[in-house]
Amino acid sequence: MARIEAEVGKPQGGLMKWIDDRFPFTETMKYHVTEYYAAKSFNWWYIFGVLAMVVLVIQLVTGVFLTMNYKPSADEAFASVEYIMRDVEWGWLIRYMHSTGASFFFIVVYLHMFRAMLYGSYKKPRELIWIIGMLIFFVLMAEGFAGYLLPWGQMSYWGAQVIISLFGAIPGIGDALVEFIRGDYSISDITLNRFFALHVIVLPLSLIGLIFVHIVALHHVGSNNPDGIEIKEHKGPDGIPLDGVPFHPHHTTKDLVGIIVFLMLFTGVVFFAPEMGGMFLEHSNFEPANMTATPEHIAPVWYYTPYYAILRAVPSKLWGFILFAIAVVLPLFLPWLDRARVKSIRYRGWMYKTALTTFVISFVALGYLGLQAATDAYVMAARFFAVLYFMFFLLMPYYTSIDKTKPVPDRVKYHE
Amino acid sequence: MSEDDVDRIDRNRRHFLTVATVVTGAVGAGFAAIPFLSSLQPSARAQALGAPVEVPIGSLEPGELIRVLWRGRLVFVLRRDEGMLARLQESLDNLRDPNSEVVEQQPDYAANETRSVKPEYLVVEGSCTHLGCAPLEDFEVRPSENWGGGFFCPCHGSKFDLAGRVSKGVPAPTNLRVPPHRFVRDDLILIGQDTGAT
Repeated sequence: MARIEAEVGKPQGGLMKWIDDRFPFTETMKYHVTEYYAAKSFNWWYIFGVLAMVVLVIQLVTGVFLTMNYKPSADEAFASVEYIMRDVEWGWLIRYMHSTGASFFFIVVYLHMFRAMLYGSYKKPRELIWIIGMLIFFVLMAEGFAGYLLPWGQMSYWGAQVIISLFGAIPGIGDALVEFIRGDYSISDITLNRFFALHVIVLPLSLIGLIFVHIVALHHVGSNNPDGIEIKEHKGPDGIPLDGVPFHPHHTTKDLVGIIVFLMLFTGVVFFAPEMGGMFLEHSNFEPANMTATPEHIAPVWYYTPYYAILRAVPSKLWGFILFAIAVVLPLFLPWLDRARVKSIRYRGWMYKTALTTFVISFVALGYLGLQAATDAYVMAARFFAVLYFMFFLLMPYYTSIDKTKPVPDRVKYHE
Repeated sequence: MSEDDVDRIDRNRRHFLTVATVVTGAVGAGFAAIPFLSSLQPSARAQALGAPVEVPIGSLEPGELIRVLWRGRLVFVLRRDEGMLARLQESLDNLRDPNSEVVEQQPDYAANETRSVKPEYLVVEGSCTHLGCAPLEDFEVRPSENWGGGFFCPCHGSKFDLAGRVSKGVPAPTNLRVPPHRFVRDDLILIGQDTGAT
């Protein structure tokens, strides 16, 4: 392998030429890997894109093996998951990798998105990369939601009941739409079956397609960097950006270290805390779905709770749904809400720094509140942080245009 | 193609044909989508399984509640005692829709003071009108909290009285839904159907 890769760059005869005459292998490898130049000043914030790919592969592989024993029917689903956990050789490992992978997917993706907010990676000319990335996030949310119904536990059933009922809030078509989504008068075998189809075919295919487009767009424009400078503006006589190094071998070898550290954490959770105290696998989901009794305390898995807290904070069904939807979609508009002339937080003023800190605090606080029972004090707190969450976005055009920014250097800095 | 030929291309005609082809194709795609989208609607079997259910109520004591499933949905059947019925007239100010004016939430014959066919027997869907959780019964009277008994949703704290009427200031927008039902005999209710012979 090593030898083939080393020679990829050179024009040659033989098999490689035969292939290249028929398929642009060498050209593609150069364009996307060996001659894709990214800033040498990347820090560890730049690991999460690669890690998201690693988690995707884990989810695809473990997912395929789970489908070989899982039964998508209301009568058998819960028992088939228990069967995987107890009777299938190594089934517990495959299942725990998949359930832990779901949470890690969101951890990695949230950090990946936060990196973009730190360094202004959504700003011109990378608006489309950001929008495609947000679409990936939406599909991922749907994928996680569909997957959570499959074990057919109490939380699967009632969580799906609550979230599907949300669509009933839409005036006029609400009830009909809910019936159409379920395919039945209640969440049933039919719903489970179609969620299975969505979870294993439709959504993963969309995810892979969108990730492909995300990367094509990225490699067309070029990666951002912690200084928010366009490295293509300073090229050497050979036409190569002076501040860039080839993705392979430079970034790949560094990424390998990150991947190893990530896998250490990941396997640590898989082996020692796969339920994460009810955060990754909720306790009530170890009981089979029961249509006659809602669990005393119902909360979605942690990665949806910031939005769920906003939904609960509104004392109206329709407005709760509307604000919930806006909270999810709002980041899509960041490229146009942000009026700052600089990209990176390094050269922004105190206003954006304060706003971003407030945003992170309110997002985490909402995530915590969404996990708790909806007592009056918690609902009031959720309202407070929901207001901060929305203010971060809605006031952004104002505070980013008056914020005092620092001069941006011409070239990247990597010795600070 | 010579330059003469290029000049003779009728661009309007070409544009018309392009648009006509696209429109025809789009209409065809629209029709082709119908079977796929229709296949997602409740199937014949789902509709058959959604048939009415008979609920014997002969052994129901005053104040007793039973749970039944109709179309996979939870339905409460509550035999209210005299005290419960009397309390339905109290604190109507706390209710969002005390007179059952939201027509979708009950058949006409249940749009009355007790929201029922016979005052004693309440038949409501056990599905909170907020986000569909199953409310819990809480029949204990607590005058200090202005609570005359009713249903409480554990998910988001919505409250309903003993006729399934929603309190003010809770996330649920409407009263609990009364499903179509009728009395086949004095001791037998049919849920899911209110006309015709059994």
